[in-house]
Amino acid sequence: MSGLRYTKDHEWARLDGEVATVGITDYAQAQLGDIVFVELPEPGKAMGQGEEAAVVESVKAASEVYAPLGGEVVEVNASLQDEPALVNADPMGRGWFLKLKLSDPAAFDSLMDEASYQAYLKELA
Amino acid sequence: MKEVTTSGHRGLDFEEPLLFEQGARGRTGVDLPEAKGAKNRLGGLQRKGDVGLPGLSEPQVIRHFTRLSQKNYGIDTGFYPLGSCTMKHNPRLNEKMARLPGFASLHPLQPFSTVQGALEVIDQVAAWLKTLTGLHGVAMSPAAGAQGELCGMMAIRAALTERGDARSRVLVPESAHGTNPATAASLGYQVDPVPGNARGRMDLDAFRAKLGPDVAAVMLTNPNTCGLFENDILEVANAIHDAGGFLYADGANFNAIVGRVRPVDLGVDCMHINLHKTFSTPHGGGGPGSGPVVLSKALAPFAPYPFLVHDEKGLRLAENGQDAPKDAKPFGRLKGFHGQMGMFVRALTYMLSHGGDGLRQVADDAVLNANYLLAALKDELSAPYPGPCMHEALFDDATLRAHGITTLDFAKALIDEGFHPMTIYFPLVVHGALLMEPTECESREGLDQFIQTVKALMARLKSGETAYFQEAPRLAPRRRLDETQAARRPVLRFRPEA
Amino acid sequence: MRYLPLTDEDRQKMLETIGVHSVDDLFVDVPKAACLAKPLDLPDHQGELEVERTLTALAARNLDAASVPSFLGAGLYRHFIPAAVDHLIQRGEFLTAYTPYQPEISQGTLQTLFEFQTQVVLLTGMEVANASMYDGATATAEAILMARRITRRDHVVISGGLHPHYRDVAGTLAIGGELESLPPEVAGDETLAAKITPKTACVVVQNPDFFGNLKDLTEIAGACQAAGALLIAVVTEALSLGAVESPGGMGADIVAAEGQSFGNALNFGGPTVGLLACREKFVRQMPGRLCGQTVDVDGRRGWVLTLSTREQHIRREKATSNICTNSGLCALAFAVHVALLGEEGLCRLALINHEKAVALAESLAELPGVELVTENFFNEFTVALPAPAAGVVERLAERRILAGVPLSRLYPDEKALENHLLVAVTELAEEKDMKALCDGLKEVLP
Repeated sequence: MSGLRYTKDHEWARLDGEVATVGITDYAQAQLGDIVFVELPEPGKAMGQGEEAAVVESVKAASEVYAPLGGEVVEVNASLQDEPALVNADPMGRGWFLKLKLSDPAAFDSLMDEASYQAYLKELA
Repeated sequence: MKEVTTSGHRGLDFEEPLLFEQGARGRTGVDLPEAKGAKNRLGGLQRKGDVGLPGLSEPQVIRHFTRLSQKNYGIDTGFYPLGSCTMKHNPRLNEKMARLPGFASLHPLQPFSTVQGALEVIDQVAAWLKTLTGLHGVAMSPAAGAQGELCGMMAIRAALTERGDARSRVLVPESAHGTNPATAASLGYQVDPVPGNARGRMDLDAFRAKLGPDVAAVMLTNPNTCGLFENDILEVANAIHDAGGFLYADGANFNAIVGRVRPVDLGVDCMHINLHKTFSTPHGGGGPGSGPVVLSKALAPFAPYPFLVHDEKGLRLAENGQDAPKDAKPFGRLKGFHGQMGMFVRALTYMLSHGGDGLRQVADDAVLNANYLLAALKDELSAPYPGPCMHEALFDDATLRAHGITTLDFAKALIDEGFHPMTIYFPLVVHGALLMEPTECESREGLDQFIQTVKALMARLKSGETAYFQEAPRLAPRRRLDETQAARRPVLRFRPEA
Repeated sequence: MRYLPLTDEDRQKMLETIGVHSVDDLFVDVPKAACLAKPLDLPDHQGELEVERTLTALAARNLDAASVPSFLGAGLYRHFIPAAVDHLIQRGEFLTAYTPYQPEISQGTLQTLFEFQTQVVLLTGMEVANASMYDGATATAEAILMARRITRRDHVVISGGLHPHYRDVAGTLAIGGELESLPPEVAGDETLAAKITPKTACVVVQNPDFFGNLKDLTEIAGACQAAGALLIAVVTEALSLGAVESPGGMGADIVAAEGQSFGNALNFGGPTVGLLACREKFVRQMPGRLCGQTVDVDGRRGWVLTLSTREQHIRREKATSNICTNSGLCALAFAVHVALLGEEGLCRLALINHEKAVALAESLAELPGVELVTENFFNEFTVALPAPAAGVVERLAERRILAGVPLSRLYPDEKALENHLLVAVTELAEEKDMKALCDGLKEVLP
């Protein structure tokens, strides 16, 4: 575990070995409102950094979720299909989206850390 | 506020069960002779089980749908200032004419010799549209505005393809209707949004910067979705033409300029016209629409099948390659049969009723009514752009937010006051937009009543009664509905014991 | 002008409130060069009476199918419409409302759409249906686009029995698709399964097909399933669903249909109402509006438009389709007519259509030189005449008989179909009408 990292599009990532678990931040879920549907990629799909990884929908909006880093999807959170509300209730935990086997795990530390992300949120406010 | 009665009804407001909850076996609303039981030629493919439809008598069906209709707000009911939708009066003469058997009972594949009057109607509507827009040709078959957009953009694509100039990008202002980017994307174009400027118009410099040899067209709504005239339109037209592209105009807001300004004089190459907006064919709870597209001389040859041809025997339709004139290069077919004939009859009735003089008055009064609303309400609500506006008055939610409510809350309070809310949260370029289109059909007294109501609501809000708004509507057939539940667990059909 | 409430005095007072001198001052943003200097060359306004006279005279120049024996079908069918249908759809609350953006004051439209969706599901044997499309042809094209999104494949097999307009619309809208259309087979024999490849997204089959042939779809459904392709069943005569096994019952994945037969007049081809239904798992790839059930804050059942993130007003360039306005009022007419019919009326009406068609087909087959081509059919069939059908139809029209649709009108390039006539028979055909057709044919055939 090397802690949490963040993107400017409000994704978070947590590294375990060379696999990163990815989700959206509490800030993002609050902005979206009640999540009604999450469209997840097929496991095995390869994606580059910043590519569209998933789509998250509220009643009146659909937003893309981007891959924070390049890699291959090794697992998706199937429980979101039946219970998209998990993203609202526990965005950083049970509301995770997918696991990416990173093509370059070393790049993980290039993402924002907790302090930088909090500073970024202050800028937005 | 839940009034409980034994029946569930509340005076004239009825709780009406679904059709499927009131059927009974052996009941029907039609009397038909017994089938003769003759031999069948279904080849063993008879339906194996029941369809599962409920049986109801005619009085039950009439009462059911009458009660349902009473839960609806229509133009006939009251003021319906739904911006971008042009909810004008629907004259009943239009309905009567469309139901003449000589129109309603015509089959589209009858011999042309038996439908000359119908073809004449299409020809006359086409002639009106060409005169009003100044453009060279018109494709009559598109089924609605969005299909008209598709038609116009396909004509552009065909014209570009013919000159060996495949282009990949379409410019669309950020304030555009969602159909514009959806249309361009469905044709495989990359949609490139153009930002607006502080005056609510497309930013001319940003637009120029995005032009290039790969730009097929710019899709511009004028007046735009902020209810403002794109006053740089001639510069836009010149720039896109110089770059070898086309100016597509979204004609949803044609009502503001009909009879006063011809799109051809604005440099427009093609434009769809929503007959259900400008020419008052009924909106019908969501259609049917009709979206003829006027086309420049360069684009007209690419209009899809079918299209009218005048020949020695009179009028006929070219429906396929064999019967098309030599110079025609149709890009295909968009719809079964010939287009929305029932809407053409209604539109022609409306055109003849108004005449050229009346249509110009339509534009004048529509713009006058909108500016009257803007002038009366700009100090109450907050107006992001100063007037004059065209046929729509646009407000944002700055004042509402400052007092702790949302645009949605305000709209719902208007429902309790007996008004249909304006369009809300569109255009997207304005925060919490409230877009009001009164149309020419609202009287000054009607507008004054609406203005007084908005002012009274704002007084209520400023006195701190936010809960009043947040709990609205209280007096409608339903209060706020849970859209989250509807989307999370979709129930899209009736199931017994669901 | 009777539709414009403002008086000159109103206008003057309003201009004062706004603070301008004339309406022209409100048009200052329009470039001067583009303002019309003089009125357009159009007639002036007219009273209701004058307009009615003009339109009535135009209508009188047509030979309407209601006043003469008429046997035209080919995708649109003239059926009897109960008086209650037109009465209800002309209620102003239905007629003059728009898309139900404010559900609290649109429950009438919404509940009707929910009932319409349920009726379509029951008739087609599918699991979900949307709130309508423009017509059967566009519904078919959208079904194909939908199948391509679901399967992420681009090859589309189109039966030669698909309505030629539907085929052409699909071809026009199939951007980036690889459409393979089979040639027309009047007797309905074709081997679609052989055309399926690993790249096939869907197979499109019409039932009854354009020439009237009834088809058992179970075999092709199995072939599709085995190849990971979808079966799109197309129905142009929705009334057939009262007599014939449903597409869902035969294994279709998506059904695209024309719903005009219920509640809607011919209208010279439009507006009509497209039906689109599918299996539940495909619903998020479905275009168009969907109405769903929910509750309000007081816990009372109600309806809203739902799953809107598929649509253009939210998803813009990523939407499933650019469709916005659909066929709301035509869907209402459909719903009212189907409600009046009910199970018993629907099945009886379908059977009456079939029996009348069988009777006419057999009478026509007895005419010298006339051959019945269609073996099994619902209410429409093809006959081969001993002369080009278009000329025969023209001559019968002079005798005020609308005999049917000559296939050459839709297949001008197919010489082999020149003598074929497509004949539809509904409950509106009386025995004297059928006799008139037979007698007329005897007179004009060589």
